[in-house]
Amino acid sequence: MNFVKKHGVLERNSVLLLIGIIIVILIGGIVEIIPLFRKETVIEPVDGMRPYTPLELTGYNIYIREGCYNCHSQQIRALRDEVVRYGHYSLAAESMYDHPFQWGSKRTGPDLARVGGKYSDEWHKGHMINPRDLVPESIMPTYSFLMNNEIDAHNMYRHLKALRVVGVPYSDETVEWAGKDALVQATGEPRVDTTGLLERYEKK
Amino acid sequence: MTEQDNKHKIEVDKLSGVETTGHEWDGLKELNHPLPRWWLWILYVSIIWSIGYWIVYPSWPIPGGATKGTSGETQFTALKRSQNEIFLRQQVYLNKFEGASFEAIMNDPELYAFAMAGGRAMFKDNCATCHGTGASGGKGYPNLNDDDWLWGGSLEEIHATLLHGIRSGDEDAHVSQMPAFGKEKLLTSIEVNTLTDYVLAMSSRDQEKPAMDTLAGHKLFQTNCASCHASNGQGDREFGAPNLTDGIWLYGGERGDVYETIYNSRAGVMPAWKDRLDENTLRQLAVYVHQLGGGEETREKPILIAVPQENDEKDTTPVDGEEERKPQGTDNE
Repeated sequence: MNFVKKHGVLERNSVLLLIGIIIVILIGGIVEIIPLFRKETVIEPVDGMRPYTPLELTGYNIYIREGCYNCHSQQIRALRDEVVRYGHYSLAAESMYDHPFQWGSKRTGPDLARVGGKYSDEWHKGHMINPRDLVPESIMPTYSFLMNNEIDAHNMYRHLKALRVVGVPYSDETVEWAGKDALVQATGEPRVDTTGLLERYEKK
Repeated sequence: MTEQDNKHKIEVDKLSGVETTGHEWDGLKELNHPLPRWWLWILYVSIIWSIGYWIVYPSWPIPGGATKGTSGETQFTALKRSQNEIFLRQQVYLNKFEGASFEAIMNDPELYAFAMAGGRAMFKDNCATCHGTGASGGKGYPNLNDDDWLWGGSLEEIHATLLHGIRSGDEDAHVSQMPAFGKEKLLTSIEVNTLTDYVLAMSSRDQEKPAMDTLAGHKLFQTNCASCHASNGQGDREFGAPNLTDGIWLYGGERGDVYETIYNSRAGVMPAWKDRLDENTLRQLAVYVHQLGGGEETREKPILIAVPQENDEKDTTPVDGEEERKPQGTDNE
């Protein structure tokens, strides 16, 4: 253990100490960063994934703005009880278009990863306006003020462009149509033709 | 200075009787309190133990994936094992439950208890969101504790509703559409007002209320409403048309609520559960909902009565606007 006892040399020589510190930090950095460059090798591909439509992206942004992630997670863990209650455990690829991902770390409310399609739109609307109307024991705050807010569909394309920078595959066409697609989806069939929207956001 | 120099400076502190480390910084000395031996040994053993972990379980990212580990164990295999454990425990009952008729389930205490336990749990997860934890419903979501059923309250009928839903888009779903009398300009708002008074009078408990056929809305009701709600207003389950005389209101019994119902119509949606829950679960749910208070005996299916000709047009009003249809797969799953 003679080597260990030589630390006196390091402690008395500031340049040596600096070099030593840099080496230690480098080792720590490499151990943390190198796996990230290889992460795609451990993510199993999932069918049926596509980037968010502009309207969904607007909802996603509101979700972040209102801090929904403070109470709701979007990550079903591979535990029996969770799978029984929420459905199949979440896979990494399912949040590959979320920037940032919304896995969350705390559940005051239920997990929302697979809540899509479980309740009607009407239910969600009523629930946002006053959660107690539908779930008397709920402690979720009301979001009725969202009824009076407007979304800026004409600037939606900027969000798509920003996400493209971090790797979400929005084509030039989707960027160009972003505002219209948002309006089309918000209006819905049968009042508008949704063919173009559906073509642009086909599941792969 | 070397370690040897330090060694010479080790002295015993007079006050505490503890050795110093031999270091000295501007006259400051340090008592030598090494980490306890047992603590250090736990640290060393943990480090050695972790090497075993790296070998047995998936751990290190390497080019082309990650080390798989010799055991082949992952959290997913652990999940499968624990699911299987429960499955085997349920299998004992499921074997009997699988083919059993509703009658057999109701007469076998063990099967009944099994159905109730499963039904209660699944109700809380899937149904309580709309119908409430105590199944007492809410505006637009029926109370399941009472004996007022829109589409039938026998086990078979509840089961069918669970399978296919109401206006769910499923091809066997219960579908009916009350016309929006005001919005579609079938009636003037004065006529809707008159009808509202008439409908409210139907469920009125007032002992001295005049006979129904003397009221102003009588003729309007018979022409527009009676084909589904029956001429006495007691409803018809064939169309999911509620009984208007019982004072139980799905969308509220205040004057304004009833007016809005006649003016804009209502079309509640219940999802079809057959693709979401398995058959055994649905049967458990049917038993659970049936016993909540309003369960009815199984009856013979009534013979279908042809809809009177003059109302055909209204009954075939296309079902639209009740749910804004989103493009496919908007849930991003």
